[in-house]
Amino acid sequence: MFSNRYIFVYSSIMVIVVAIALTIVAVSLKPMQEANVRIEKMQNILKAINITATPKEAEAAYKKYIVKTFTLKADMTVDPSVDAFSVDLAKELKKTNPADRLYPVYVAALDNGDTSYIFPLRGKGLWGPIWGYVALKNDFNTIYGVMFDHKGETPGLGAEINTDKFQQQFFGKTIFDENGSFTSVKAIKGGAGPNNPHGIDAISGGTITSNGLSDMIHDGFTAYLPFLKTKINQLNTDKTDGGTQL
Amino acid sequence: MKEPLFSPKNLKLLTGPLNLNNPITVQVLGICSALAVTVQLKPAIVMALSVTVVTGFSNLIISLMRNTIPPRIRIIVQLVVIAALVIIVDQVLKAFVYDVSKKLSVFVGLIITNCIVMGRLEAFAMAEKPWRSFLDGIGNGAGYGLILITVGFFRELLGSGKLFGMQVVPQFLYEIGYKDNGLMILPPMALITIGIIIWIQRSVNRELIDKS
Repeated sequence: MFSNRYIFVYSSIMVIVVAIALTIVAVSLKPMQEANVRIEKMQNILKAINITATPKEAEAAYKKYIVKTFTLKADMTVDPSVDAFSVDLAKELKKTNPADRLYPVYVAALDNGDTSYIFPLRGKGLWGPIWGYVALKNDFNTIYGVMFDHKGETPGLGAEINTDKFQQQFFGKTIFDENGSFTSVKAIKGGAGPNNPHGIDAISGGTITSNGLSDMIHDGFTAYLPFLKTKINQLNTDKTDGGTQL
Repeated sequence: MKEPLFSPKNLKLLTGPLNLNNPITVQVLGICSALAVTVQLKPAIVMALSVTVVTGFSNLIISLMRNTIPPRIRIIVQLVVIAALVIIVDQVLKAFVYDVSKKLSVFVGLIITNCIVMGRLEAFAMAEKPWRSFLDGIGNGAGYGLILITVGFFRELLGSGKLFGMQVVPQFLYEIGYKDNGLMILPPMALITIGIIIWIQRSVNRELIDKS
């Protein structure tokens, strides 16, 4: 009843019509989708300095708090040609040559007059990628705030990393010890104890996510380490200079 | 004589799937997404609307095309129509309700494989007129949505004490020792909730109970 020719023509026309329709929809909605992604990124960065903004407020709040951004090359020199906000860390980490990677830094002016430096991080959870932003105080050592999110960790277990309760554990932890060597902050199974400056409680039942998170913080800051060390040395020399002048 | 648009026979296409012919509780289709997206009420409602749009319009389009579709490739044609509609819905959600679309994640894409959609195309739209097919699609989508929203309501209320993300269980209840049931957030409780709905539905409508 239907010839082969009919079937071929029929399916070809159908596929072309569908392709055109989908292209029109995708192209016309793209600007709005990109705006949503941008706003979400702004919300996430603001969350790292403990500011919760609704999608509507995000743009204004971002302008208010994030006073400066810059992009570091892998050797930790500033690359002035790249806008830090446009750098996608996921893509950077996929670059096969680590020397080509770019690392954005966001500088925030806090309500209390202090400056905070926000570093994006990205790692692996149990089921998929996890990512986040960690804000350091201007001593480049103490954590001011964190924001973590995940693609599909188990609800109630690994997914706990994006709850306030989990993230608040990081406040005031330090990533360097007294001697200035890098320790990172680790999620410790069985609990870190209240006096551990470099550890927080891991999630029961979410060990792989917790370990992934520890690795993410460790590896993420390892990349920024030369930058952080330079800044800390500058702070120290400034202090001694001030001392001799007095 | 022309039949009125909302004749009793046509209305039955809309209301039947809400109760006696419900796709989830009676035909037991579309369970997977019903378990996954009902942790909170808002994603459940968005998912319900998305599926309703897809079932309604895929039924309509396939019914319009039904006399031209070569039987040998009819499943492929149906899938192309469903997939196109689902992608459009997904794109629209990403543009207008980004936070919900992130929560629904892959489940919007998985509407393509939702048995309800293809079941209705094969069983109804391939043989019926466009308007009746459209009603049937909307009815089945709504029947699916009704269960999703009911389950979402109880899971969010009992699991996190909230509705639409707002606290509804009063603070004093927590102070006297009430606790949110963490199990409600996990998929097994969705299955049990659907089981309870099926139980209630069958004890009210005795004719649904299997004779054997």
